[in-house]
Amino acid sequence: MMKAYWQKDIETIQRSDLESLQLKRLQQTVRLAHKNIPFYQDRFSELGIKPRDVLSLKDIRKLPFTSREDLRANYPFGMLAVDKEQVVRLHTSSGTTGKPKAIFFSKKDINQAAELIARCLVMTGTTRGDVLQNMMTYGLFTGALVMHYGAEKVGVLVIPAGPGNTHRQIALMQDFRSTALHITPSYALYLATVMHNEGIEPARDLAIRRAYLGSEPYSEETRTKIEKFFGIDVYNSYGLSEMNGPGVAFECTEKNGMHLWEDNFILEIIDPETGKPVPDGEKGELVLSTLCREAMPILRYRTRDIVTTIPGKCRCGRTHRRISRIIGRSDDMIIIRGVNIFPQQIERVLMGVKAVAQNYQIVLESYDQMTVRVEITKDLFDGRVEHLVNLRNEITEKLRSEILVRPKVELLEPGTLPVSEGKSIRVIDKRTL
Amino acid sequence: MEQVKQISIFSENKPGKLQKITKVLAEAGVNILAINIASSNGFGVIRFIVDKCDMAYERLKQKGFTVSLNEVLAIELVDKPGGLFEVSSILSKKKINIENAYVLILGSRKKAFLIVDVQDIDKAKKLLKHENLHFFTGQKHAKRTMA
Repeated sequence: MMKAYWQKDIETIQRSDLESLQLKRLQQTVRLAHKNIPFYQDRFSELGIKPRDVLSLKDIRKLPFTSREDLRANYPFGMLAVDKEQVVRLHTSSGTTGKPKAIFFSKKDINQAAELIARCLVMTGTTRGDVLQNMMTYGLFTGALVMHYGAEKVGVLVIPAGPGNTHRQIALMQDFRSTALHITPSYALYLATVMHNEGIEPARDLAIRRAYLGSEPYSEETRTKIEKFFGIDVYNSYGLSEMNGPGVAFECTEKNGMHLWEDNFILEIIDPETGKPVPDGEKGELVLSTLCREAMPILRYRTRDIVTTIPGKCRCGRTHRRISRIIGRSDDMIIIRGVNIFPQQIERVLMGVKAVAQNYQIVLESYDQMTVRVEITKDLFDGRVEHLVNLRNEITEKLRSEILVRPKVELLEPGTLPVSEGKSIRVIDKRTL
Repeated sequence: MEQVKQISIFSENKPGKLQKITKVLAEAGVNILAINIASSNGFGVIRFIVDKCDMAYERLKQKGFTVSLNEVLAIELVDKPGGLFEVSSILSKKKINIENAYVLILGSRKKAFLIVDVQDIDKAKKLLKHENLHFFTGQKHAKRTMA
């Protein structure tokens, strides 16, 4: 395949040039944040630093972190660095507890977010003439709108389908020959189940060639499952509303890690406990600083996402470093019998078992007991109890060797667990503090 | 010997499941001849012998149940002491292992049949072909062969 770039110069920029650009932009961002955001003024004076103390990229470590709680505490307008008249878009990122976080965009910010999406789409082969069915939630959530603007910039026909209403989704794919999907992994799995039940073979009946999956962590096994069923390429997309939404980091056709657009963000990987950088290639919490945002610059944002950087040069020619798929969310981490477990580990095991359908649930019964509830596939049921017992034992054993704790495994008929058409709730915590 | 097919349904072990299943059968006008429930720690498999098995199977599948259909032996038991002993002696002599078994009774105790689920039905049928056994014949089958 011919290598395609949206902004070749910046995507393949020399590392030394990239770093000078980063430093220049970081200094601007620090000045802007310090000048206009009281929260940062306070933090800088607490730490006894001034914007002029940032002389090299390493000096970023002198700067304060920004946490989710900081964004909530400064809701609604506290983190705004420009006049309200300059702001053209508000998104919020809802938390499960308390106040949401408000994210503002100026006209320039929206354009910049769209540019990054344009790079991602062109990088994976989506271009003018393609039809993108955007199945993320439109509204306060950034997922759909940021992708929408980026795709339009490339000249792609965008179908703003939003999530849900699965039969209409399939009809849209049939009628308008959608070539690309933007979708959550759990909805993609659900869509596959529906198509399978209705005898639709995507490779034969539809025109889909690729799908962009994001907004929920998922495993390599899930990617393979989706790629196989639809007969397409699935690309991993990483973003968060606090950092524009989708398009922060994206896989190229090598499918080996997501290029994080370092001309727009400074990436650090830290130990979530100590806040210190981890050695290259080791896993830790991703910390991001914006470099191009004017309405709402954010310094050293604690994403809570656990990732690693992927060492070495990418064959696609892009010089922006790659991050792994999300290994876990530092918030999602489950501790059972003192062992740290990420739900993604459980998903990885389950998706590798043939008789397991798409849906599962993790129930935390107590501090030493966890139940994994798994839907089995209809096709493999042969009526024999001993086969079911064997299957349950197999799953229990595989989980035990992955997470080092023996869970209770329950087998369920397909359709027992709540179906998600957006972000799914996989973990039910029954423990009381 | 005629084919006798058994319907198995995978089910979570919780109140109301059997009611939901039998409602589908009742509405389809399917008569249940025998039932057997095997459960193991949280889930169960409910088995039926019904008169219109293919139709019942299709209907349950349509309604979203996890269901399978397989052939079983339905051997007549003589209604007197030692009836089951005779049949089991033959099965034992022929080295046919029983995976699961239950009883089907017809017409207010006029006739009883032992439903035997075995690993290899074709082999078992061949082995029993020349034995002095009677088999159940009352099931209606759709023309097409089962999947």
